[in-house]
Amino acid sequence: MLPSNFKILIAEDSEPDRMLLDRIVRAEGYRTVLAADGQQAIDAFQRELPAIVLMDVMMPLVDGLQAARRIKALAGENFVPVLFLTSLNDEKFLASSLESGGDDFLAKPYKPIVIAAKITVYKRMVLMHRTLQQQRDKIAKANEHFRREQELAKKVFDNIAHMGCLDQLNIRYLLSPMSIFHGDVLLASRKPSGGLVVFLGDFTGHGLPAAIGAMPVSEIFYSMIAKGFGSESVLAEINQKLKAILPVGFFCCASLIDISYKKQRVKLWNGGMPDIVLKRQSGELVRHPADYLPLGILPSDQFLPGMRAYEMSLGDKVYVWSDGITELRNPAGQMLGQEKLVSLLEQGDKRNAFDDLLGAAQDFSENLAREDDLTMAELTMLPPESVPSKDPLRFSGVSTGAQDWAFSYELRRQSIVDFNPVPLLLQWALVVPGLQAHNQNVYTIFAELVSNSIEHGLLKLDSSMKSDSAGFRKYYALRAERLQHIDQEWIRVEVEHWARDGGGELVIAVSDSGAGFDFDSVSKEFPKETVYSGRGLPLVRRICSSLEYVPEENKVKACYRWALDEKV
Amino acid sequence: MSISSECSPNGETLIIKVSGRFDFSSHHDFREAYEQAGKGVKSYLIDMSEASYLDSSALGMLLLLRDHVGSSEADIQITQCNPEVLKIFKISNFEQLFQIS
Repeated sequence: MLPSNFKILIAEDSEPDRMLLDRIVRAEGYRTVLAADGQQAIDAFQRELPAIVLMDVMMPLVDGLQAARRIKALAGENFVPVLFLTSLNDEKFLASSLESGGDDFLAKPYKPIVIAAKITVYKRMVLMHRTLQQQRDKIAKANEHFRREQELAKKVFDNIAHMGCLDQLNIRYLLSPMSIFHGDVLLASRKPSGGLVVFLGDFTGHGLPAAIGAMPVSEIFYSMIAKGFGSESVLAEINQKLKAILPVGFFCCASLIDISYKKQRVKLWNGGMPDIVLKRQSGELVRHPADYLPLGILPSDQFLPGMRAYEMSLGDKVYVWSDGITELRNPAGQMLGQEKLVSLLEQGDKRNAFDDLLGAAQDFSENLAREDDLTMAELTMLPPESVPSKDPLRFSGVSTGAQDWAFSYELRRQSIVDFNPVPLLLQWALVVPGLQAHNQNVYTIFAELVSNSIEHGLLKLDSSMKSDSAGFRKYYALRAERLQHIDQEWIRVEVEHWARDGGGELVIAVSDSGAGFDFDSVSKEFPKETVYSGRGLPLVRRICSSLEYVPEENKVKACYRWALDEKV
Repeated sequence: MSISSECSPNGETLIIKVSGRFDFSSHHDFREAYEQAGKGVKSYLIDMSEASYLDSSALGMLLLLRDHVGSSEADIQITQCNPEVLKIFKISNFEQLFQIS
């Protein structure tokens, strides 16, 4: 089926010839448009948009060659074959007429069978050309749509991935994407204690799949660092998440740099990345090669990230890069390579080593399509006092949480019998930024003081029952039985926290309506290893700066002092 | 707080996995885990990778396990403790009684 606009323009000044051609062409089933000279042909082309043009060469006013040029120009990117009608046999002329835009000849006198065959051939070409144009336009449109979607997604991604503190003065970095998204992630966050943690990850693959993996990584990184979790815990959490979401064979090479200004120390972890290089002011280079598997490969029970600590001095620098840099090739096909980069750092100017690296990367990548993502960063050790210690808990992009507060929580009847208040109390207390790193200690204080109040204060249970396995069982059976008789009793938990310079003080006091108990005998010393009970309060005593008993109030009061930088 | 256990393929190691809070409410399940294990069990591995917190009654339970096995020759490993839990074991001097990592 031909499209209804598939017309054939016949431009011929001799009327008998025009009529003859018109008959031949219409007999083949085509619609025709007729013109008697070149100008008419041009006008008819603009009006009727014919698909094929049969054009006499010698015509008055505008001749066939001129008209052909004009029609080709008007047709633009559409393919409109022009077939010259000529009785001339001069080969030079035939050649020059093709140069002026014609596609073929039809020799006079006309032979219907030849004309029909040629029209069929050009009809096929025109239709093929139109199909290609349509497909091209469709692809271009789809591509444009895809690009817009990616740009939008990239905005979201950038907001998540780059809300950190890469803009700090002691961080220089290069992050150049291969596509709109890239497989590299560079994250930086200040620790609540004032130090700095930088994470460089390189996902297998590029584009959307890599970017999707980067989202949970940055979420986990920023939220856990802000809450005061240690770098090892952050790595373990990221590994677990990636292991759960990435298909087999996809993973994330990563390195993590944890700088403490106060201690003038850096801790490094390298999972499948190029060497991390530490450059000292003295010129000495220390290389920290990959000593762990990338993230997302090992199940969490086999992933045990250990970090190595290096002493640093003011001005010492740490360099990290992804393999996109080392695998750059210059036009001669040579790879930039790890050794070349390290030797640049070795020879390079102390101050401008990063510029040397940038220069080398640029030399190698010039005029080349980037084969991988290029990411590198330089971190400089700052003096200890560069940590704003007056305001240690306010750092970028993270809500600071409540630091100065007090609450009292009283449990009565049913809530003493079958509700464990410890998780709730813990959750309230841990809103203090940085206190999360001390969660087990805070748990210990709550758990031991509360169970002490219930078991000894209210229920009058005797711990010495727990002298063997059967005793353990009996003790907890008795505990359950006595709880059934709870009626007017209560337990009160009073908690206070206030911020101190670089940390805080948490006071937890638990009192009850019982008759009191012999505090000293259960809290002073750890029992021997053959005794299975009585460790609760001694444990609390060891953790806390003070633990006291107020007999008249039946109250045990523990004071826990903590510091942000304290290594748990 | 849940306790699960399984034997190694050769039946010589009992692996007890603690999830969530390791506190007095686990004492029944924890005891059952080692009392019901086969006769061939020679060593014990307490997997703490999923444990969030532990309290002093959990310490008592671990000592009971040690006693059950025969205190001095007990081969009990407590593995994959998070750093905070590790600190509690340290304060309680448990490192002298168990292999803790």
